[in-house]
Amino acid sequence: MNTFKEENSRRVFIKTSALATGAMFAPMSMNAMVHGFGEKKLKLALVGCGGRGSGAAVQALTADPNVELVAMADAFADRLESSLKAIQEHFEGEKTIKVKEKNRFVGFDAYKKAIDKADVVILTTPPGFRPYHFEYAIAQDKHVFMEKPVATDPAGIRKVLETAQAAKAKKLNVVVGLQRHYQQKYISLLEHVRGGAIGKIRSGQVYWNDAGVWVRKREAGQSELEYQMRNWYYFNWLCGDHILEQHIHNIDIANWFIGDYPIEAQGMGGRQVRNGIDHGEIFDHHFVEFTYASGAVVSSQCRHQPGTMSRVDEVFQGTKGSVTLGKGVIEDLEGNSLFEYPRKWGEDPNPYQVEHDRLFASIRSGGVLEDAENAAKSTLTAIMGRMATYSGKKITWEQALNADLQLMPKAVTWDTTPPTLPNAEGYYPIPQPGKTQF
Amino acid sequence: MGSSKSSPNHFADEAPQHEVAIAPFWMAEFEITWDLYTLFMERSVDSFQKQGVAGTEVLLDVDAVSGATTPYVDMSFGMGTDGYPAIGMTQLAAVKFCEWLSAMTGNFYRLPTEAEWEYACRAGTTTAYSFGDDPTQLDDYAWFEANANAAYHPVGEKKPNPWGLYDMHGNVAEWTLDAYAISTYQARKGKTTDNPFEVPTQTYPRIVRGGSWMDAPRHLRSAARRASNKKWKQRDPQIPKSLWWHTDAPFVGFRVVRPATSPSPDAQKRFWNYNTQK
Repeated sequence: MNTFKEENSRRVFIKTSALATGAMFAPMSMNAMVHGFGEKKLKLALVGCGGRGSGAAVQALTADPNVELVAMADAFADRLESSLKAIQEHFEGEKTIKVKEKNRFVGFDAYKKAIDKADVVILTTPPGFRPYHFEYAIAQDKHVFMEKPVATDPAGIRKVLETAQAAKAKKLNVVVGLQRHYQQKYISLLEHVRGGAIGKIRSGQVYWNDAGVWVRKREAGQSELEYQMRNWYYFNWLCGDHILEQHIHNIDIANWFIGDYPIEAQGMGGRQVRNGIDHGEIFDHHFVEFTYASGAVVSSQCRHQPGTMSRVDEVFQGTKGSVTLGKGVIEDLEGNSLFEYPRKWGEDPNPYQVEHDRLFASIRSGGVLEDAENAAKSTLTAIMGRMATYSGKKITWEQALNADLQLMPKAVTWDTTPPTLPNAEGYYPIPQPGKTQF
Repeated sequence: MGSSKSSPNHFADEAPQHEVAIAPFWMAEFEITWDLYTLFMERSVDSFQKQGVAGTEVLLDVDAVSGATTPYVDMSFGMGTDGYPAIGMTQLAAVKFCEWLSAMTGNFYRLPTEAEWEYACRAGTTTAYSFGDDPTQLDDYAWFEANANAAYHPVGEKKPNPWGLYDMHGNVAEWTLDAYAISTYQARKGKTTDNPFEVPTQTYPRIVRGGSWMDAPRHLRSAARRASNKKWKQRDPQIPKSLWWHTDAPFVGFRVVRPATSPSPDAQKRFWNYNTQK
């Protein structure tokens, strides 16, 4: 529980650098000769060709001049081709992006073939698949960028935690798209908090409240599996519910700022507005209380309801003051401003780009970035929250971590029956607090 | 239109100063607020169109109007929604709002041309601002860098211009229909141009007017022009980037106009489709 990593804190980074005298540098450069890639061309594979995956590929291709996209994989050929076209259009007039037709792999086993061709892989399929793709990538000694969340169930989390250890042992770089860790405002405010600006954190509120996301309606001729894959946001084995898929960003900030993971969660949730035939099985709101070993309590709220108040933010109260991450403001207990992060719209580096810049720089220099363990634990925090809202019961960290809960089928082919199926009217079973186990 | 080289705080792209003739139109008193824009985003009142519309200028099924996607981030960035100006929409989105509003009301709405915008902003004045030349009075009329406290404000809190239009200077910069081109003003030198409109053929750059809560007084002048830029989508993590949202333009909004004489259905369509957005 106290294995919290601080590698992204600039404070820690500076301290480490200051300690790294000449004596430290010699072995590091030897290390680079063994594990680093120097100036060699880095081959990139994209696994999961949605909008975010295509965006990540563009950022990887921008981060380093000598990266080549050599392979792509997706369950669907149309998604793969439109992704390639969008990446090509992005670089129009700058550089030519070519992926040989024989290296465009389609289907549920496509990821293996694409990963095999690469040095660095981008894993951006729906999150249910992530543990299996990550496991394979590390087994094949690949460096990884993967999107959050990193699993949808505790079984997946356990696999990611094991794989994270393997990656560490192999000195492979793993960056996860919790991009606030690479955002100057967050890093700067964390430095102030770690420096004692607000004292010890006692409470917090984290929010992802907005109107919701896209819906893809069922189309004639689709199998049940294809429909669920296309409309994946609304199915838990693929998505994990929005408390994971989006709100993990804010929950992860609570863990990062408090420097620990919660010991238990309890909460409530349901689906009151977004409950149509296209909305699968997920809730449209969750409200969870996370309690930490220090006694700190964080209220987490996420809502996907059009017409309601939007807020995506994190706020923490300490023994000496408070920090509001959205506004970038630290105040004392009387509300006097102690520090304001300068509002520099568009001037700070884009964190989505920085995470790739750091990844490729680290690969080149033989460094090791280890985001996977924290990403797995923050994903588990969100899963623990979901287990609490689905069951209406208190869920401890140990219960969540060890739960016999696997939403994801052990293997998925086009013959697989999805783990949830609609009734005769087309509606899916919805979790019932007080009845659902978790 | 424009400003002469000798006028204080002049920018080169405001010259040569030239005459334009503008056909009559109405302009919205206020910048479009989140209250209104959300109705378009969420399309939650479309069914009312079936009960009949008040106007007779537009015959358009509202279902045929394409809709903005839901953004992945809170596009108000915590600055407020109810009564506050909507921001961060692309020009395409602003244009489609106009098409939607037209379908819903039966009256023809569109974005102003750049010339219409400046004509309305000046409201008969020839000074740097519609209240004169003195930027120290700006605090009475506009939200800008020095008084905005790093955020936009509810529409209509400051004094209006002589024609009763609020926030033409500052608060949020406003989309117009025109492309931004270096040659535009040069071609109108020494003559009167009727209803000028630099028809866009590319997504960028297009004209934004009025300056915003982020800008210095100089950029709020009636003649000041700003060009849109693809960097306004820099932080959009998806590829292709959203057609509907500028993640890095929390300073841009819009207001609508209604020409006194509505154009033909074909011409209406052209006004709603000057977009070659990628």
